[in-house]
Amino acid sequence: MSAVMKPATAVTWTRICRVDEIPQLGARVVKSAHGNIAVFRNGEDEVFALLDKCPHKGGPLSQGIVFGRKVACPLHGWNIGLDDGAAVAPDHGCTRSFAVKLVDGAVFIGLN
Amino acid sequence: MKKLKLVLVGNGMAGVRALEELLKIAPDLYDITVFGAEPHANYNRILLSPVLAGEMTLKDIMLNDVDWYATNGITLHLNKKIAKIDRVARKVIAADGTEAPYDRLLLATGSNPFMLPVPGAKLDGVITYRDIQDTNAMIDSAARFKNAVVIGGGLLGLEAANGLKLRGMNVTVVHLMEWLMERQLDRSAAGMLQKTLEAKGLAFKLKTQTAEIVGSDDGGKAGRVTAVRFKDGAEVAADLVVMAVGIRPNTDLAEAAGLYCNRGIVVNDTMQTYDPRVYAVGECVAHRGLAYGLVAPLFDMAKVCANHLGNFGIGRYQGSTLSTKLKVTGVDLFSAGDFTGNPDTEEILFNDAIGGVYKKLLVKDNKLIGCVLYGDTVDGSWYFQMLRDKQDIHEIRDHLMFGQSHLGNAGHQGQNKAASMADTAEVCGCNGVCKGTIVKAIKEQGLFTLDDVRKQTKASSSCGSCTGLVEQILSSTVGGAYQPAEAKNKPMCACTEHTHEEVRKVLLEQKLKTIPAIMAFMEWITPNGCASCRPALNYYLLCAWPHEYTDDKQSRFINERAHANIQKDGTFSVIPRMWGGSTSSSELRRIADVVDKYKIPTVKVTGGQRIDLLGVKKEDLPGVWRDLDMPSGHAYAKALRTVKTCVGSEWCRFGVQDSTQMGIDLEKDLWRMYAPHKVKLAVSGCPRNCAESGIKDVGVIGVESGWEIYIAGNGGIKTEVAQFLCKLKTSAEVLEYAGAFLQLYREEARYLDRTVHYVARVGIDYVKQRIVDDAANRAALYARLRDAVSGEKDPWQERAAGTDAREFELLEA
Ligand code: SRM
Ligand SMILES: Cc1cc2nc3c(=O)[nH]c(=O)nc-3n(C[C@H](O)[C@H](O)[C@H](O)COP(=O)(O)OP(=O)(O)OC[C@H]3O[C@@H](n4cnc5c(N)ncnc54)[C@H](O)[C@@H]3O)c2cc1C
Ligand code: SF4
Ligand code: FES
Repeated sequence: MSAVMKPATAVTWTRICRVDEIPQLGARVVKSAHGNIAVFRNGEDEVFALLDKCPHKGGPLSQGIVFGRKVACPLHGWNIGLDDGAAVAPDHGCTRSFAVKLVDGAVFIGLN
Repeated sequence: MKKLKLVLVGNGMAGVRALEELLKIAPDLYDITVFGAEPHANYNRILLSPVLAGEMTLKDIMLNDVDWYATNGITLHLNKKIAKIDRVARKVIAADGTEAPYDRLLLATGSNPFMLPVPGAKLDGVITYRDIQDTNAMIDSAARFKNAVVIGGGLLGLEAANGLKLRGMNVTVVHLMEWLMERQLDRSAAGMLQKTLEAKGLAFKLKTQTAEIVGSDDGGKAGRVTAVRFKDGAEVAADLVVMAVGIRPNTDLAEAAGLYCNRGIVVNDTMQTYDPRVYAVGECVAHRGLAYGLVAPLFDMAKVCANHLGNFGIGRYQGSTLSTKLKVTGVDLFSAGDFTGNPDTEEILFNDAIGGVYKKLLVKDNKLIGCVLYGDTVDGSWYFQMLRDKQDIHEIRDHLMFGQSHLGNAGHQGQNKAASMADTAEVCGCNGVCKGTIVKAIKEQGLFTLDDVRKQTKASSSCGSCTGLVEQILSSTVGGAYQPAEAKNKPMCACTEHTHEEVRKVLLEQKLKTIPAIMAFMEWITPNGCASCRPALNYYLLCAWPHEYTDDKQSRFINERAHANIQKDGTFSVIPRMWGGSTSSSELRRIADVVDKYKIPTVKVTGGQRIDLLGVKKEDLPGVWRDLDMPSGHAYAKALRTVKTCVGSEWCRFGVQDSTQMGIDLEKDLWRMYAPHKVKLAVSGCPRNCAESGIKDVGVIGVESGWEIYIAGNGGIKTEVAQFLCKLKTSAEVLEYAGAFLQLYREEARYLDRTVHYVARVGIDYVKQRIVDDAANRAALYARLRDAVSGEKDPWQERAAGTDAREFELLEA
């Protein structure tokens, strides 16, 4: 295997909206070059970002019911972890997650 | 904080299940130490029979391996029998001297098989059937010897005999009673069972008492068994004798420690012994005077015990009703309750000796009190559920015997016998799950409940029409260990211990008016519930506090949040209301324009007499609604959907009533009404019934003298014909009766029950009594419904005007 050094891609932080523009236990959809991204806010005002595509059959996770640190996909009810995009057992699969941070009530998403 | 110390004595099915339940709800409360007398980690004892029969291996039946204990930080002592409990010093002492202190002690020592005290019982080759060691001894004997005698023709004896036969031995089953499994079967069913087993090569000696076990004399010390001699002097040659004549709760340790025992370690409803620090679960206990010998009640006990150990303190164990299933491949047998009967009981019997199907149902005071099924057990759990729920059956009595599925269920080719299905046959049509996959999951993952199977395989998790088949596969794989949940006491979901009924009652009594308030007051286990309890709570609040409660949109399924139906590609469908299925040229023109303007790919006439625009982008929805300028059809909601009508007396040459107008009036009266599930009506102008009123939640049929009202029909997954409620004269009466019935349903049904399920539970007589016989109550119900819908606005109009705009807006990055 050749050892190619990957240039460390700098994360660009993009401001999305204010946290109170996302409903508690809900989500907003962000259009991006990577496709639609679902940005969730849970009961403790933590924010998460996942590709808006369920690992099962591509359902829009942004439209699901949010509880704890999970979202139930609206199409067939798979539960997906908000931290990492991984399906909760017994289902298998993982959807891409994105870095997010909160600065003074504003939500930033890390894209590269 | 220093953790408390919990010690479990008995590493069997009940004890470890209690630990599993405890770890689920209070993972960090205890330092746990487990002592097991057997050298194995926790295995599924009931699957020893398939192991003996050669259908599974020991590896297949492990429930929790050693790693599981390590992962959960549990100290495990295998092969260590506890010899003494020192209750003063609060520690247990093993036979080899190992000690462990405790703050809480859990005894789950199971039971000991009973040995007949006959001469020769100590000979080599005379064993009982309880654990891996016994099973291995039998497998080993089968390889080396020819003749086996099994003493005891009960469940365990027959499973042992079947296994030994399959391993090539000549097997004779000796039974004291007149027929096999006399505690679970009546004479006829037992006779059929015996015939089937004889065809498999087993020999039987009934009404036979064992007098002595004869052995070779090995120079003074006892040698190996050679024969079994009976009271009448007859003898059968035997190289192996298996005693399966009953079990005794294993109370030695508890008794020696001074804990009160009476046919088991005596426990209260919270599974505590007379020493409140000491809990006990499983076959070793006596609860309200009963000791159990099947797994299902032990699991219930484990749950309650864990709840108390975890300091939640809300569960109570109140005893169990049991059912039995023999795990012999190819034998379909189910029994529950009292099946012997007496002069006060009525018997419903089906007996097809040639076809090998026998069913007996015993009824007392219009309630099912027992059943025996042989050859076709698909309805076993249905009967069992009615039996435990003490459901009044007099309305369904005439088709009770033909079972739950006699009208047919959609989606699995009319199959109703799991036993005769091939492994490749599809059981669940929604999720494409075949029988082999289900059996494999049950065995390999140690599943015991319908919920587990649903979670792991998805079978029956969607439309549910194959539930009966899945239950049947479960019970033939795990035997009596499968017990359908008792509907009355079933919690709403895993987030709570409370039932739907309890929640509805408490929120009214305590005037709880928000979801967080209910969750706090009723001690929800999870921080904000789940996708199953939140929508239910939201509906219950909406129904209880009509104008006060603000709908919690985040607790609504997406369809109800966006007021449109989500499609597989994430777009939405829009179905505007067309009152009674009627429309006009201007509405049609607007629809056509909207389709063009928003480039809507599909337009379809629905099965509910209206028009569906499919493939609308979410962000376009408010615009579509504005331009359509038609009310929401609520085709996406648990609410009033369509009122189908036929043309009726205005045009039709047979019509005797104006069904179209009646339908429009009903729809205008009831729309905007949220309900536990969707609600559909139909009105036909004469008994030819072109609007199909016979399969609707409320069906209205015009006759010369007025209207006939039918309720609780269903045209979906399982077609159910609506039942006659009453006959009325005027349209105003139709509105009042229909509205009152639907309000009753709104107030009393569980979330996601259609009217058919609700009425099946309470009975049509109850509904008649509340709606038809009691005019004041009817008026009050109808008034409450009118009040509830009076303030509701058309959700589309509101959103077209800007409400909830954010829901439909996209953000950009
Ligand atoms: C559009 C329509 C099919 C069509 O193209 O004709 C339809 C489409 C769906 N039906 Fe239906 N049903 C439609 C008429 C029916 C009918 C016929 C009727 O209403 O006369 C029935 C049988 C009658 C009944 O309900 O008893 C029917 C029985 C079901 C069932 C089974 C209900 C049951 O209790 O057994 C479901 C599943 C459910 O609701 O849980 C269902 C579920 C669905 C869902 C909502 C599936 C879903 O959850 O996404 C479909 C939505 C597709 C969409 O986005 O538009 N649909 N569905 C019909 C809409 C009628 C309308 O104008 O509102
Ligand atoms: C072959 C067979 C088939 C069965 N089939 C079915 C069926 O189809 N359906 C059904 O519902 N039930 C069935 N059962 C019954 C079911 O297995 C029992 O009801 C269940 O296992 C009881 O669980 P328990 O935890 O109370 O006891 P056990 O599972 O017996 O566990 C008790 C454990 O405690 C250990 N122990 C005892 N004393 C001590 C001590 N002093 N120190 C340390 N450890 C100790 C024992 O060694 C044992 O491992 C079957 C049983 C057998 C044997
Ligand atoms: S419209 Fe109804 S029958 Fe057709 S696929 Fe959807 S749910 Fe099934
Ligand atoms: S697409 Fe998400 S569960 Fe099927």
